Amino acid sequence: MSKNTWPLWEVFIRSKQGLSHKHVGSLHAADATMAIENARDVYTRRMEGVSIWVVPSEAITASSPDEKELLYDPANDKVYRHPTFYEIPPEVGHM
Amino acid sequence: MQKDSLFNYLLRQGDNSLILGQRIAEWCGHGPVLEEDIALTNTALDYIGQATLWLEYAAKVEGSVKDADHLAFLRDVFDFKNCIITETPNGDYAYTIARQFIYSAYQVELLNVLLNSSDEQIKGIAAKSIKEARYHLKHSRDWVLRMGDGTEESHNRIQKALHDIWAYTGELFEDDDVEIELHAAGIIPLNQSLYANWIEVVKDTLEEATLELPASEYMQSGGRTGKHSEHLGHILSEMQFLQRAYPGSKW
Repeated sequence: MSKNTWPLWEVFIRSKQGLSHKHVGSLHAADATMAIENARDVYTRRMEGVSIWVVPSEAITASSPDEKELLYDPANDKVYRHPTFYEIPPEVGHM
Repeated sequence: MQKDSLFNYLLRQGDNSLILGQRIAEWCGHGPVLEEDIALTNTALDYIGQATLWLEYAAKVEGSVKDADHLAFLRDVFDFKNCIITETPNGDYAYTIARQFIYSAYQVELLNVLLNSSDEQIKGIAAKSIKEARYHLKHSRDWVLRMGDGTEESHNRIQKALHDIWAYTGELFEDDDVEIELHAAGIIPLNQSLYANWIEVVKDTLEEATLELPASEYMQSGGRTGKHSEHLGHILSEMQFLQRAYPGSKW
């Protein structure tokens, strides 16, 4: 069983306090069951998490770095999208 | 006297964990793939942790022994009470997995009963260790299935490994005066009472893995009373080197 034949998996871990799973890295495994076990052994040794997701790396479609300007630059001057212009009554407290 | 039996029993448990942990640790940096390398190292560390708990309690019960380290690093071969299966050389990965599966299935059954021990300390150690043991069983069982139901090569290797290791399984289910006395006091189960569940788990797994249950033939015995294979001395010479060469040193 050569390692070259094992597909790559992306690993997402949710920590005890965390609300969402966060990407922590990748690993090789023959199938999803093995990927979960490997993720447990590789990425949760120091109590990093209480829940694991694994996703085949090939199932992930990524945005192209070449399109950085057209995708992200237009948001640069839209400060009004941040809700910082509202006056919040003091009774509301910290938001 | 019950104190002697308890001390002996604690050594048997502690030494099983210590020696198997030391054995598996030999894979560190040599695992077949990075992920398995880490998985095995985790397992080895689980066992060293268990050994610490058992041997600390053993030292306390005995009274005149200083601590767990003293028991781990300053006893000689004949004073070790581990079953011989834990000291067998790692062999290929199939052998290591087969041994892990056979032993973990036994340990899970044992700890399951020790969870209800009348001895609070043993109860506590069992509660902590059984989670680890259940994972060891899951991990090794999955690999038995993969290898058995995998390629012709992996099937043959795991079948041969099971065949080779079978002679060391009998000892796990033996009882002598130590177990009989502690069992009567409600502290532990008899090892023979664990066999029925164990063989069930083994049979189910091997059947699912398209493997044959090895035939019962001659069984090795003697580890629990200090009669070991030639391999234990070599393990100790490596494990105990530092304390022997530099007595009392800490790091």
